[in-house]
Amino acid sequence: MNGAQDLGGAHGFGPVVPEPDEPVFHADWERRVFAMAMAMGYTGAWNLDGSRANRESLPPAEYLASSYYEIWLKALEKQVAATGLATPAEMASGRSAEPAKPVARVLAREGLEQRFRAGFPSSRATDAPARFAVNDAVQARNFHPTGHTRLPRYVRGKRGRIVRVDGIFVFPDTNAYGSGEHPTWLYTVAFTAQELWGESGDPGGIVTVAAFEPYLDPA
Amino acid sequence: MSHDHAQHEHDHHDHHHGSDLSPVEARVRALESLLTEKGYVDPAALDALVELYETKVGPHAGARVVARAWTDPAFRARLLADATPAIAELGIGGRGGEHMVVVENTPETHNLVVCTLCSCYPWPVLGLPPVWYKAPPYRARAVIDPRGVLAEFGVTLPETTRITVWDSTAETRYMVLPMRPTETDGLSEEALAALVTRDSMIGTGLPKAIPVSPAEMPV
Repeated sequence: MNGAQDLGGAHGFGPVVPEPDEPVFHADWERRVFAMAMAMGYTGAWNLDGSRANRESLPPAEYLASSYYEIWLKALEKQVAATGLATPAEMASGRSAEPAKPVARVLAREGLEQRFRAGFPSSRATDAPARFAVNDAVQARNFHPTGHTRLPRYVRGKRGRIVRVDGIFVFPDTNAYGSGEHPTWLYTVAFTAQELWGESGDPGGIVTVAAFEPYLDPA
Repeated sequence: MSHDHAQHEHDHHDHHHGSDLSPVEARVRALESLLTEKGYVDPAALDALVELYETKVGPHAGARVVARAWTDPAFRARLLADATPAIAELGIGGRGGEHMVVVENTPETHNLVVCTLCSCYPWPVLGLPPVWYKAPPYRARAVIDPRGVLAEFGVTLPETTRITVWDSTAETRYMVLPMRPTETDGLSEEALAALVTRDSMIGTGLPKAIPVSPAEMPV
């Protein structure tokens, strides 16, 4: 969706402000939001693409005015309510008033570190042939889905070149809504800075994105 | 967004019971109580997640990968060809790094990593991302003005060095292999790893210069 999350190329946000010796978390509530988001994702009630879709569908003014973990918190509350795991009233009171719904799994302390150090790959096996090969010229589609997509606006309609065939991965545009993983070929596409930004592009500069096959047409 | 953190940091030290909680702290505490009561999360698992990502997973892991690549040409070749299994040789991997790509800086090309759409970042090698990486200024400008962003980090590249920006728009996650500093021939792998900064593996910094002990300083 053309939401506030799609920031590439935007002006007016000011300089980057690195924080010396920055801590991993800046407050205890951030620790708990981080961990709850991980643990609730683990239940299988939704997936990472669904979480991203919920975060980026906050109203733009609210998205930009919220800190990172505030965005996570608001999306988590939306997902809990949308999946019927708890009601907004229960979340406001902090007390359960309805029976719990069954979830596929609950993250336990035992084995947790090994589980997270093993990871959760999103690559999938399929025998579908790849449409593009390295060095192929492609054009990013000029589409504007109202739902979740991972093709940023700043490359839409632009011409680039395939620099890597990454493999077959879960397709976020459908997986975000629980409507199937639809494993899809993923490519790394390189664009010249001048193709993207015209005269203001950094001379000789390249920007790459990871683009799923349906995002691309032959050029 | 980052200005909020000082306020949260200040607030969270003072509370010992409900009445002192800030609104966001109260909201997070209510949510955790509810999700725990419903049986969806185990607070001990949340504690373990926080401990894992606050104290164990971090850029020291990526620094080991870089130092190994600087000292072992065969490892470097494997790392650049297929990063995930090469990194796993060092016992490093997991959530947010299931599909790693390592890009090598050279005198001709400098690499810079961003996620314009959210906050994708190679967790197993770098830990959780800093606030600036997740905040709008960096996400907006890294792709359109990489040299300007680098200048804000104190990095000025020769005009002949071209910049490639990697926008992490899928589950492929990037780590930069910085150039080995000069005059480090005699250093051990461990001493080399100490020169590798987090920012040098994002592309917003360079490795530290070799430390000079007082005895070696010219008089």
